[in-house]
Amino acid sequence: MTSNGKYDWNDAFSNNLVTADTSGERVRVEGRVFDGDGKPMVDCMLEIWQADAQGRFSDPQDKRALPNSSFKGFGRCGTDADGGYAFDTIKPGTVPDPDGKPQAPHLVLALFARGMLLHLYTRIYFDGEAANAADPVLALVPIDRRATLIAQRAHCNPSAVYRFDIHLQGDNETVFFDV
Amino acid sequence: MTLSYPLQSLTAHPPRLSPGYKSTVKRSPTKPLIPMRHTLSELTGPVYGHETVRENDNDLTLQGKGEPLGERIIVHGHVLDEDGRGVPNTLVELWQANACGRYIHVVDQHPAPLDPNFTGAGRTQSDSEGYYRFVTIKPGAYPWGNHHNAWRPAHIHFSVFGHSFVSRLVTQMYFPGDPLFPFDPIFNSVTDEKARNRMVSDFDLENTKPDWALCYRFNIVLRGRNATPMETK
Repeated sequence: MTSNGKYDWNDAFSNNLVTADTSGERVRVEGRVFDGDGKPMVDCMLEIWQADAQGRFSDPQDKRALPNSSFKGFGRCGTDADGGYAFDTIKPGTVPDPDGKPQAPHLVLALFARGMLLHLYTRIYFDGEAANAADPVLALVPIDRRATLIAQRAHCNPSAVYRFDIHLQGDNETVFFDV
Repeated sequence: MTLSYPLQSLTAHPPRLSPGYKSTVKRSPTKPLIPMRHTLSELTGPVYGHETVRENDNDLTLQGKGEPLGERIIVHGHVLDEDGRGVPNTLVELWQANACGRYIHVVDQHPAPLDPNFTGAGRTQSDSEGYYRFVTIKPGAYPWGNHHNAWRPAHIHFSVFGHSFVSRLVTQMYFPGDPLFPFDPIFNSVTDEKARNRMVSDFDLENTKPDWALCYRFNIVLRGRNATPMETK
């Protein structure tokens, strides 16, 4: 990947999803990625996909209503020398599940790296969100593993920062979804 | 309407733990993945169009001050879904080493020269039929530290979005008849022979440009079939 490359190539994507007309609560989601030895994975690419603050996706396949801003909902970030990443975005609104039940606010995350023959999908939920308790996807996860999907609020200055570390293996192995 | 993405589609892919490829050992989950029904979050995906692709982004021989060294080739084909329908207007990205097998990347210490006129990165958008086309230089094989005398076959990395976030695919395209195939654990991590051979491009004499460039055809098949009405209004 190109995250550490030093050459004249403009990546089409960035880790900042927020534009001037984006509405919603600004949040930074940041963390580190670790392998089975607890070593930082310095060569990952992370991609997130999410709804806007009204819970609409910037995709014509979402037929409910058009988003009311230019928010694209997609971001890409490479990990740094500490395995760290960060996305500047907004907290998404509620998206229904196939039965029409509300899902708690979440980002969908795809993780790519050397040594990963097929990328992995997980979800990032938000600490302190009351809707987490009734989320139909979190309910599929064994109770003792749910915490691995919930980003912890770190501080709120100037805007909310949530920490979400990813562990490929080990006691705190992150839940990945078979999609 | 939207498409459905059957889980059986995933059986063509390599197992995440493929010990012959050593980095997979500490980088694959040990606990089972949790199955879930696709929701709007999985069935939608980013839409990027012409505003994302600049002129010459699909011609890697025109991005420098002069022409890069190496064997000029055209790589083209269709992005298709599982029913053979073209996937239109989708972003296709590629990256690759230069003709010597050297990447422009700080961690690539292979003692082969960089080419000042070659970045090795390109992107394009498929047309209304799902067709895409790149002009580039055939990449060289390169050594890697996986095992004694390990060399990657010549390959081009492809990244495709498709209709949804679960049709997202990153893969590698190989060249027909490469003698390194039997020795490469990444190529052979795809255990099904038919699936493995779908990563090998076809030499395309018919679309070779006389006196200018050879041509290879590489079709990319993404998940997605059985168009169904969107369940959520």
